[in-house]
Amino acid sequence: MTAILTDRIGLHDFVRRAHDAGELVVQPRMGFGLPERMRAGLVATKTAPATTVGTLTLDSYTRIGDLAAVERALAAGSDLNGYPIASHPLGTTRAMLAGVRDAGFPVQVRHGSATPSHIFAALVAAGLDATEGGPVSYCLPYGRVPLEESVREWSRCCELFAHLREHLPVEPNLETFGGCMMGQLCPPGLLVALSVLEALFFRSRGVRGIAVSYAQQANPVQDQEAVFALRRLCAELLPDTDWHVVVYAYMGLYPVTPRGARRLLTAAAELARATGAERLIVKTVAESERIPTIAENVDALTHAATRQIRPAEPLADPGADSETYQQARAIVDAVRDVDQDLGRALLHSVKRGYLDVPYCRHPDNLGRTRSYLDRDGTLRWADPGLMPIGHLVPRRRSRQVTSAGLMDALGYVRRKFDSFEESAPEPILELR
Amino acid sequence: MSELARLNPAPVPSSRRPTAIVSGLSSDAHTWNLVFLELLLDELGFLVTNLGPCVPDDLLVAECLDHVPDVLVLSSVNGHGYADGARVVRRLREHTPLAALPVAIGGKLGVAGGLTAGQRDELVAAGCDAVFEEHADAVASFRGFLRALPVRAAR
Repeated sequence: MTAILTDRIGLHDFVRRAHDAGELVVQPRMGFGLPERMRAGLVATKTAPATTVGTLTLDSYTRIGDLAAVERALAAGSDLNGYPIASHPLGTTRAMLAGVRDAGFPVQVRHGSATPSHIFAALVAAGLDATEGGPVSYCLPYGRVPLEESVREWSRCCELFAHLREHLPVEPNLETFGGCMMGQLCPPGLLVALSVLEALFFRSRGVRGIAVSYAQQANPVQDQEAVFALRRLCAELLPDTDWHVVVYAYMGLYPVTPRGARRLLTAAAELARATGAERLIVKTVAESERIPTIAENVDALTHAATRQIRPAEPLADPGADSETYQQARAIVDAVRDVDQDLGRALLHSVKRGYLDVPYCRHPDNLGRTRSYLDRDGTLRWADPGLMPIGHLVPRRRSRQVTSAGLMDALGYVRRKFDSFEESAPEPILELR
Repeated sequence: MSELARLNPAPVPSSRRPTAIVSGLSSDAHTWNLVFLELLLDELGFLVTNLGPCVPDDLLVAECLDHVPDVLVLSSVNGHGYADGARVVRRLREHTPLAALPVAIGGKLGVAGGLTAGQRDELVAAGCDAVFEEHADAVASFRGFLRALPVRAAR
C-alpha cells in the first residue's frame, strides 16, 4: 500500500525509495525516559545530514513488563534507560511524536521483549507502525520466559499488528532480531536461518512488511557471504512480501578508542553497501562506556551515511554454494519440516536442538553446540550438536574454554580495531 | 550445576567445592558478563550455578534459599543495576539464612556509567559486601574479594 495523499509513509516504502536513490538509510539505537529528551533525540536524528529513521528504544523495565518499577522510577525522578511507552499517558507519546514523525521520517519501536503484548498495545494505540523482535530472538538470549509462552505472545501480537493495515494508510513493518542473536560469537549460518525463520513466522501471522536483520561479526568476508545468503533465502522463501535487509553495526565489545569505534562503523557501512542492504543500525564512539548522547548518535549517523564509504571492490553474490547459505538453508528446511505451523516448528526445533545457540543459558536452549573464532575472525562450528548441519561441518578436536579464552574471543574485534597496525595472527579460540 | 562444571569437572571432589550462584538482575538481558564469571569462578574451584540474565527477584531469592551458596555474584551492565541490585539484595537480607551470605555486585551499574558515592553507599547499605565497577583492575579486585571469603576457595 502506498502513502499517496497522506502524511504517512511506511518504513519499508521509505527505505525502498532511499535505496533506489542510492542512499543507505541509517538509524540509531536511542531511548530516553523523559518525553522532552526523547523528542529532542528524534528531532536530532531527523535533522542529521543523512537519510534517517527514528528509533524509540524502550526501557528495560517495560521490556520485562515490570510497569510498577517504571512507575517507581518516574515518581522518584530516576533515569530510565529507554522510553516507557506503556507508562507515559497516550497523549504524552502522541505529543512527543507530533510533527516529528511524518512522511519523511518513520519511527521504529525497539524493545527486546519475549512477552510484548503490552508494548504492541501501546505502540498501536500511539499510531506507530514499525517495530522489531521475534519469538526466538527476543526470548532465548534475554531471560527465562518459556519459549512456548514467547511464541504464543508473538503470534497474537503479529496478528494484531498485521490488522493495523485496515486502519492505516501504510503497511505495518516488523523486523526480525534473529540475525543478531547473542550479539557476537554465533556462527552466521544460524543467524541467517533464524532471521529467515522469524520472517516466515511473521508472514504466517499475516505481516507483509518485513525487515530481516544481520549483525556484523568479526570477519568482513564471512559477513558479506552471510548477507548475500540472507537475501537469497528471502528471495526464495518470501514471495508476496515487502522485505529489506537491515545490517547492525557490531554488537559485541566495542572498540574503546574513538578511531577504532569509527573504523568499525565504517566497516559496517561498507558491509551494508557491498551487499545491497538497505538500512544500517549504527553504534557510536561512546558505545564501549555508556549509553551514548544524542550528539554522539548524530555523529555516528552522519559518518555511516557518508557516500564515500564504498567497498574496495564490487562484490558478487557467492550464490547457493556458500557455506553460510548451505548451513542456513539446511536449518530452515529442517525446521519447516518439523511442523506445518511455524510457531510449533520453532518451539520443537529448539527443544530438539535443531536450533541451538552457543553460550545461550536459556532453560529451553539445549546447549550442545560449540563455536570458535578462527585466526582471521571467521566464526566456525566446533560442534554443531544436533543441528541439521553435521554433514556440512568438518569434525574438529574439542578444547576446553577458559574465562581468559572467552575474554580473548569476546575482545577480538575491539583489539583489531583499536590497534590499527596489528597483523600478528590471533590464536584459535574455541568456545562453548 | 552449570553445564561447564558438568562437562569439565575440576580435580577437587565436588563435595568439597565451595558453591557460587552467578546471576543477572531482573531487568538486564546481558549474558556474556555472566558466562565469563561462571568460567572464572569454575576455574577458581567453585561449583557454579549460573541463573542467566533477567532473573526475577523471587527466583533469585528462592535459588539462594535453596542452595545457600558460599557466595552470590550479581552482575549487570544495562544501567539499572544500581536500583535493581539494591532492591533484590535488601530482599535477600530479610531472610535469616541469607543474612551473612557474601554478596558481590559488579558491572556498569548506573545509567550515566559510573555510580555516585551516594549510590555506592546505598548498595552497601542494602547489604552488598563488595561493589565492583568496570575498570582495569576489577577482575583482580574481585579475585581478592573471593580469596578473602571464609571458604578460601580461590587460589
